[in-house]
Amino acid sequence: MTAFEGGNSGETRVTRRIAVISAGLSQPSSTRLLADRIAQATVRRLVELGVDATVDVVELRDTAQDVTNNMLTGFANHKLEAVIESVTSADGLIAVTPIFTTSYSGLFKSFIDVLDPQSLTDMPVLIAATGGSERHSLALDYAIRPLFSYLHASTVPTAVYAASSDWGTGADAATSSLPERIERAAGELAAQVRDSDRSSRVQDPFALPAGFSPIGAYGAQ
Amino acid sequence: MQFGIFTVGDLTTDPTNGSTPSEHERIKNILTIAQKVEEVGLDVFALGEHHNPPFVPSSPTTMLGYIAAKTDRIILSTSTTLITTNDPVKIAEDYAMLQNIADGRVDLMMGRGNTGPVYPWFGKDIREGIPLAIENYALLHRLWREDYVDWQGKFRTPLQGFQSTPRPLDGVPPFVWHGSIRSPEIAEQAAYYGDGFFANNIFWPKEHYMRLIGYYRERFEHYGHGTASQAIVGLGGQAFMRKNSQDAVNEFRPYFDEAPVYGHGPSLEEFTEQTPLTVGSPQQVIDRYAGMRDHFGDYQRQLFLMDHAGLPLKTVLEQLDILGAEVVPALRKEFATNRPANVPDGPTHAALVAARAAAASASSAPATSASVSSASASSASPEVSALSANEVRS
Repeated sequence: MTAFEGGNSGETRVTRRIAVISAGLSQPSSTRLLADRIAQATVRRLVELGVDATVDVVELRDTAQDVTNNMLTGFANHKLEAVIESVTSADGLIAVTPIFTTSYSGLFKSFIDVLDPQSLTDMPVLIAATGGSERHSLALDYAIRPLFSYLHASTVPTAVYAASSDWGTGADAATSSLPERIERAAGELAAQVRDSDRSSRVQDPFALPAGFSPIGAYGAQ
Repeated sequence: MQFGIFTVGDLTTDPTNGSTPSEHERIKNILTIAQKVEEVGLDVFALGEHHNPPFVPSSPTTMLGYIAAKTDRIILSTSTTLITTNDPVKIAEDYAMLQNIADGRVDLMMGRGNTGPVYPWFGKDIREGIPLAIENYALLHRLWREDYVDWQGKFRTPLQGFQSTPRPLDGVPPFVWHGSIRSPEIAEQAAYYGDGFFANNIFWPKEHYMRLIGYYRERFEHYGHGTASQAIVGLGGQAFMRKNSQDAVNEFRPYFDEAPVYGHGPSLEEFTEQTPLTVGSPQQVIDRYAGMRDHFGDYQRQLFLMDHAGLPLKTVLEQLDILGAEVVPALRKEFATNRPANVPDGPTHAALVAARAAAASASSAPATSASVSSASASSASPEVSALSANEVRS
């Protein structure tokens, strides 16, 4: 940490780490494009809050085989393990998936499925999706938001959906523009990430459950 | 150091010719394989327990009792005994009986079982797997050590004045290993009792097990059973061998590709890099396994999975010939080299009896040696620590 210049004396400038998962399949992908826009906006909002942020982007396509092998064998190979670690130990997560057949893509869900179900507890999450048509935008709220609720993540209120047409549309009387939605969601995420201590936590993989006794409640004697 | 094999007892179609043995054939094949283990000079045969197809060994002590009669030397063990869904009273009786029949050549590896429906089929709930393993073993531990047991717990009906018969041979219960893939609770349990810890590492990368075994060793010392290096560790392994390594790869690949658990997943090359599976020449297997103690410390038992995925009996017996004639003798030499004197040997009934006698004479005389003070230092479970007084055993 470096001393904060100006402002309140004694305040230090803090650093946070954001993970981005992009489940787009094509290269280049509009899902990755949306993910990058959201990440840049979030970093900018954090800077305004006095927080420096680094960003780790995971293209799930690059781990597709490893995720499948993990599902079949029960273990993550070294490459996937490093990816999982970078995601689950971040201060905030930007999760972006294409909408396939009314929901998240299979690859996106497969990656979530190989995570430890406890590993995203209290993670600040911004959910976003891309699709060909505006008509699938509610998939974010009926499919993706419940997924992260189940995992006890802290999902920000604004989810960002980008249909193909959004890349060429401004705001009108009925809707905000894509940049406006990105900005609002990024502001919500930045506020949570600023207060997160997840990336500096020490994880004990052998922590026993509270009250655990090796002889059980009734005792060996 | 003890070497042996463990089988899950799967009934799998041979992918190279489409043939599937009958249950009867597979059961008889397992009995043949067990006898071969003794013939080729290995030390341990361990049998799985399953209650769903395609696995055949639902009644392990029946099969192990037969093997006991047909062998003279090998230790009969399990991989694993379901401490969750079996009644611990029946485990106490069945395995004390087997131990008496086999003149002490019996130990057990406790496991939880990970097949969801088996729990309700036996009236249990998989979500309580750990509490079941903890409580049931606490009762089993008492049933083998106390003549009359009054007991009340959560998972079975109470006992008043119950005596499990027959009593363990020579009054010394069978040695127990606790098997685990990932649960620190089970490592903690094994450490608390001073029992063995078997890390079934055949499907996962070694780094995970280095941490888990390290944790068990540390807790073993914490509970006063000896130093961390004296904890009793067992490891799984898997190998397929031919004189020329490419022949081994070519012959094993179709079985690997179709195998239960990992088939259709990672390639043979990826899997052999990430797990202990070694496919190649006997020397490659020797080199790989001789290096295990560099990762896990000096340990007590190495079991190999040799007979799964539809491999024909003839092939399995050939593999055991290679294992017994070439691999294990070389590994015995490797493991004996620079093995610290205070690292215990693999547990045997005779050693446990001797350890108990030594502990008894020590408790009736002033403490005079390190081993005595180590055994008596553990007030948490003095009886158990006496059983694992490692300096005495080695």
